[in-house]
Amino acid sequence: MNDPQIPPPGEDLPAAAVPRSRPSRAQRLLAWPITGFARLLTGARSLWRGCAPEPKQRIYFANHCSHADFVLLWSSLPPALRARTRPVAGADYWQQGRLRPFLIHRVFHGVLVDRELHDRHSNPLQPLLDALAGGDSLIIFPEGTRNPGEGLLPFKSGLYRLARACPQVELVPVWIANLNRVMPKGRVLPLPLLCTVTFGTPLTLGPDERKEAFLARARETLLNLATEAD
Amino acid sequence: MQANPLAVFAGIGALLALASLIGFVLKWRCRGADNPVIDNLNARINAWWVMVAVLGGAFWLGHGAVILLFCAVSFFALREFITLTPTRGSDYPALVAAFYFVLPAQYLLIAYDWYGLFSIFVPVYVFLLLPILASLGGDTTAFLERTAKVQWGTMIAVFCISHVPALLNLDIPEYAGRNLLLIAWLVLVVQLSDVLQYVCGKLFGKRRIAPRLSPSKTVEGFAGGIALATLTGAALYWITPFNLWQAALIALIVTLLGFFGGLVMSAIKRDRGVKDWGHMIEGHGGMLDRLDSVCFAAPVFFHLLRWGWA
Repeated sequence: MNDPQIPPPGEDLPAAAVPRSRPSRAQRLLAWPITGFARLLTGARSLWRGCAPEPKQRIYFANHCSHADFVLLWSSLPPALRARTRPVAGADYWQQGRLRPFLIHRVFHGVLVDRELHDRHSNPLQPLLDALAGGDSLIIFPEGTRNPGEGLLPFKSGLYRLARACPQVELVPVWIANLNRVMPKGRVLPLPLLCTVTFGTPLTLGPDERKEAFLARARETLLNLATEAD
Repeated sequence: MQANPLAVFAGIGALLALASLIGFVLKWRCRGADNPVIDNLNARINAWWVMVAVLGGAFWLGHGAVILLFCAVSFFALREFITLTPTRGSDYPALVAAFYFVLPAQYLLIAYDWYGLFSIFVPVYVFLLLPILASLGGDTTAFLERTAKVQWGTMIAVFCISHVPALLNLDIPEYAGRNLLLIAWLVLVVQLSDVLQYVCGKLFGKRRIAPRLSPSKTVEGFAGGIALATLTGAALYWITPFNLWQAALIALIVTLLGFFGGLVMSAIKRDRGVKDWGHMIEGHGGMLDRLDSVCFAAPVFFHLLRWGWA
């Protein structure tokens, strides 16, 4: 549902996301029961270890093990930050049917990426860059797909390319603990179990840092945050 | 003498006001310097105000509200228990049953006053149902251990805690309409015992009673806390169906059970490598950190009353 799998650089794709305006009051009212439910179910404990919940432009990058990941991360932000933070999600999943497009556009104010490489001549990251240029923060899952096991899968390159293109944006690692037990793969009814969302110290991309080195470092930072948060 | 819950709550309020005053003076004497023990003490006192207000509100609203309140308490306790004792993917059906079926069903049985099923629902039917559900997944890894975790969670967090509101259903001759006071007395005596063990331990504690299970419990704290709480329980005999000596004996039994409940629940926490069950209650930890003693005291208190007085 929200797999922001980013194809390797060089393969340019069309922008799948529709340009969006600010969420209205009605949309925020719709979001309220969803974030409230997520908080009630999981206890929504957020630890701001490495940074404070400030209105800075950020890319939150987190581990991805469940469909509910972005909902919980998004619910953990104070409402003022939430209004300007947009989850990045896969267009293939979210454009099906009627309910999903409504939720992702109207409620979550998400940014959709085309993961299926429909057009090889435009940049798949363009909708993300547009959102950042508009001053919004983003939630991305650099593993690219849900990880059913422990630890982290190797990171896709999108995080590096966003960091290179927008050096002024803070890259905040976020570890989401225990959510995989709340909604195991293939199950519909979530279980009420306590989850912790830990926000780490923002990363900065070095001026000469290479892609592989940066992605490995970002992955390492997130893994360290997981051990600290335990 | 006729007693009403309002008088009991007024007394508790006065006690808390005194505690807040002491906490304020201790903090003032530090003159701005950080003292984690005093800060924690004040956080605990503030949380007590909130807990007493919530319980008082439920008492004021009536029996239905008290049952709903303890249903919520069970939910939070079970959530903490299952969070801390890891299960595997194939335990999902058993966990769904525990949260969405066993928990509401147990409290509905109290609301409908069906004692026959209330008393055996979890220990018999749920005890058998949970391993059946777990076996359907076909996963044999640590099967007995996993089943025991879910069974223990429902026993402690649902079955044991549900005996507190079940006190409302006891028919005690010449005590009709005053059952809320049984809850007030039990919770007050057991919690006061915890508080006084903590206070006596902090003031006079030297010899540790179970260093590996619970490093903060001392012989001096244990003796002082149990003795003072038993005396308080006896002094409050006029709000219970007991006479003075019966009240003292039962207060001693529930405070001892509370102490051992705390010890057992600590053993589980230490095994999992954590200090607290959760973070719900500022200064105290989780719901189970506050209620571990009540979990062990409530069922025995309920059955003693039912056997001897109802």
